[in-house]
Amino acid sequence: MHIDIDTDRCIGAGQCALAAPGVFTQDDDGFSTLVPGREDGGGDPMARVAARACPVGAITVSEADD
Amino acid sequence: MTALSEPVAFPQDRTCPYHPPAGYDALRADRPISRVSLYDGRPVWLVTGHEEARRLLADPRLSTDRTRPGFPMPSARFAAVRNRTIALLGIDDPEHRAQRRTVIPHFTVKRATALRPGIQRIVDDLLDAMIAQGPPAELVSAFALPVPSMVICTLLGVPYADHEFFEEQSRRLLRGPDASDTQEARELLEQYLGELIDRKRKEPGDGLLDELVHQQLREGTLDRDELISLAVILLIAGHETTANMISLGTFTLLQHPERLAELRADPALLPAAVEELLRMLSIADGLLRLATEDIEVAGTTVRAGDGVAFSTSVINRDEEVYSAPDSLDFHRPVRHHVAFGFGIHQCLGQNLARAELEIALSSLLGRLPTLRLAAEPDTIPFKAGDTIQGMLELPVTW
Repeated sequence: MHIDIDTDRCIGAGQCALAAPGVFTQDDDGFSTLVPGREDGGGDPMARVAARACPVGAITVSEADD
Repeated sequence: MTALSEPVAFPQDRTCPYHPPAGYDALRADRPISRVSLYDGRPVWLVTGHEEARRLLADPRLSTDRTRPGFPMPSARFAAVRNRTIALLGIDDPEHRAQRRTVIPHFTVKRATALRPGIQRIVDDLLDAMIAQGPPAELVSAFALPVPSMVICTLLGVPYADHEFFEEQSRRLLRGPDASDTQEARELLEQYLGELIDRKRKEPGDGLLDELVHQQLREGTLDRDELISLAVILLIAGHETTANMISLGTFTLLQHPERLAELRADPALLPAAVEELLRMLSIADGLLRLATEDIEVAGTTVRAGDGVAFSTSVINRDEEVYSAPDSLDFHRPVRHHVAFGFGIHQCLGQNLARAELEIALSSLLGRLPTLRLAAEPDTIPFKAGDTIQGMLELPVTW
């Protein structure tokens, strides 16, 4: 799994960190970032739920070989 | 969309405080977009489809800047203050993004979690006082309003001793009844917060406003007027909305005894119960935007200059997304309700609101196992349709 976060778009709503806390967190400025060591999503199916929960569509989840 | 014979009036008063107005039934049968008519007769689009609402609320071609000519207004009293810029909610990107950046570190999921012990203390103290004095009790004034009011005061660094003043001005600003109430209340709140900000420049405290005064004002990221406007919106949005969710959420649970028993038996359902109450109650039930370009929606063209409204209560009951949408069900799969809005203006305080709602509702139900209404449900007054939805009073006993 490959996860892209468009930080220029992110508004720090934290919906990704709420939906998939094992994959997403928020940095000191409040913006979305990947949990260290979980940059590939760790196979967590909630990563896709988190992408859909993002109010500004800043998260893209694709298969690793895309 | 089919052509409704007459445009439906929007917004309307709810018939039952936790269901959309009965007058919206025709709109629910006419997804995803209809024509409705505002208080002044202005026809606007009403978006009612869940997928279309998510797409349009995130579309930069819809402006939220009410100072633009032709911006649709929900009532005469809000139209009277349309020349005043509202921080965050009333500005578009890129200005909105710069302003939101200054406050998002204070509203993260982590920050809301860190605030939980303080919220629990506030809730416990208020319940101690209410239990010592009752039963019965009037839950709005004894609990639903003071919980978020104390929490936002602590967070912002506003003295809670002034709560009667700012709660009263918030009430007048949001509910009038007259345009002069809305205008004057806004001026009084701006004056109060301006004086507070000036005091904080000399004697810094440890609230969010203190931090904004010392960082943003000094660095020039925000000027004094912007900071006041931001303080007004944080203070109002920080207590009004959550107070309404606590009062209306409690009323809704008491009207659904089987769901209430289920929640009491399994406290692990609490986060799902709060999400479901947010979906079902949709207390911010009339978001307004202005199209700045032509936009195609489900075979219809929304023209530049058209007003566009969103009914979150109708959107959150889209049968294509929620099965049996009028039922309270704590076991729904994740379905991304829009109770906090969507797009760049999605509620800044939603993580804090979830923490407050979970703690307030679970503590209230836990401390008072025999909690029940102290009046006939259909005699208890609730708020009019042109403002944030909630109970005006909630007489309870135990």
